[in-house]
Amino acid sequence: MTDQIRDRIRAIIAEQAMLEPDQITENSTPQDLGIDSLGLVESIFAIEEEFDISIPFNANEPERSEFDISNMGTIMAAVERLVAQKAA
Amino acid sequence: MNSRKPGAKAAAAQAGVEGPNGVRRVVITGAGTINALGHDVPTTMEAFREGRCGISQLDFRDVDRLSIQIGAQIHDWRAEDYFNRQQILLYDKFTQFALLAAKQAVAQSGLDFQGAIGLRSGVVLGTAGGGLNTWDENYRTVYEEGKNRVHPFVVPKLMNNAAASHVSMEFGLRGPAFTVATACASSNHAMGLAFQMVRSGGAQVMLTGGSEAMLCFGGVKAWEGLRVMSKDACRPFSANRNGMVQGEGAGVFVFEDYEHACTRGADILAEVVGFAMSSDAQDIVMPSAQGAERAITAALHDAGLNPEDVGYINAHGTGTAANDKTECAAVAHAFGHHADRLMISSTKAMHGHIIGGTGAVELLACIMALRDGVIAPTIGYQEADPECGLDVVPNEAREARVDAVLSNAFAFGGLNAVIALRRV
Repeated sequence: MTDQIRDRIRAIIAEQAMLEPDQITENSTPQDLGIDSLGLVESIFAIEEEFDISIPFNANEPERSEFDISNMGTIMAAVERLVAQKAA
Repeated sequence: MNSRKPGAKAAAAQAGVEGPNGVRRVVITGAGTINALGHDVPTTMEAFREGRCGISQLDFRDVDRLSIQIGAQIHDWRAEDYFNRQQILLYDKFTQFALLAAKQAVAQSGLDFQGAIGLRSGVVLGTAGGGLNTWDENYRTVYEEGKNRVHPFVVPKLMNNAAASHVSMEFGLRGPAFTVATACASSNHAMGLAFQMVRSGGAQVMLTGGSEAMLCFGGVKAWEGLRVMSKDACRPFSANRNGMVQGEGAGVFVFEDYEHACTRGADILAEVVGFAMSSDAQDIVMPSAQGAERAITAALHDAGLNPEDVGYINAHGTGTAANDKTECAAVAHAFGHHADRLMISSTKAMHGHIIGGTGAVELLACIMALRDGVIAPTIGYQEADPECGLDVVPNEAREARVDAVLSNAFAFGGLNAVIALRRV
């Protein structure tokens, strides 16, 4: 289940970054992948659509959002939590 | 103009008819507004002086489905107080706001456009969304309610030039009339063009400014998508700012040839002395300090002002992380040492971001600074941000005599427009 979620996120990010999914590691930051602020907002939207969840993210204060975008690993963990909350 | 002898030109400049560039001088002889702070100029200026906040819980259909629920909405707006049934059927809210503001401005100016002067007068207004409420309501009718028929006036009601056209009809302005849409800089671009037209002699009087009425379900829903809106407050330049808050309303001014205004003994509110625009040519949403700086510097140059002549800047100051620090960097660069001596405030924390109408409502703060010697504050200011290290006139209005001011507008799309005014 968890791997599946991570793979789906990887595919979304890969499409946004125009890379292959295996190039997206959990340590990659949005910056590493060449994803700018608009690309990030677009990726978050695509993730919301994919999992039918609502992600609390304000582009003005990314560091204060409950949704940690430091790297792909933190994004994946946060999405897993939101998916679990939705199922609960 | 070019055929004039230098002597005649110098004499005209000396008489005060023409500015230093040998072109006509342009003055503001009327002002009108409606926004969340008030239905007219005196009430709005009183709110500026008091540092009143017009932002509150939004109230319209389906607001419960929005994640952003605050805005500077005109809650007590009753179109039937100002317009008859037939007019309401034909006027979207953005047109209603523009007409109301224009009537106030023309009444203050004392102008009557009957006869030849109407042929040499026009109107140029800014709006970003035009009749967005009309789009929203009628999409709902056909998509959500499944109806196959809409009211016959949908198109004339929603078109972006509807407000400018109705203003031209209301007063018989038969010269240049059009609408400018440059997102958040629409009003400044509109007023700048109006200024240039009067200055060049292309028109004698121009009604100008802008209006916006985007506070409806579809309008706010679209903005939510960008994730730049605040859920709680607009705090320009404050370190803990977390986004913009939308407003609605209009501002309309009478820009008039100085000689014409003097001849008829008009009360002059301020002189428009310069205007410049620039394009970042860089990013569709992220602002550029260089683009903003170029517009500021060019506006000073156009006005024949030195940086140290400027006492106050009405900032674009949206309260987003990106705008405020970029704008402060641009001002610091353009003004050098003088940046630490001038005052710069954003009134958006009071009237919200009125998008295509915002520059027009903000010009009122510039007029208040020049005429009344009162600088409108940046309210909601809580924490100093080293990246916004200018005197932002935090939270309380300040008395100060200023001789020249600027008004900044920097739009999505990287389009910048800066206007310069001077005390008369």
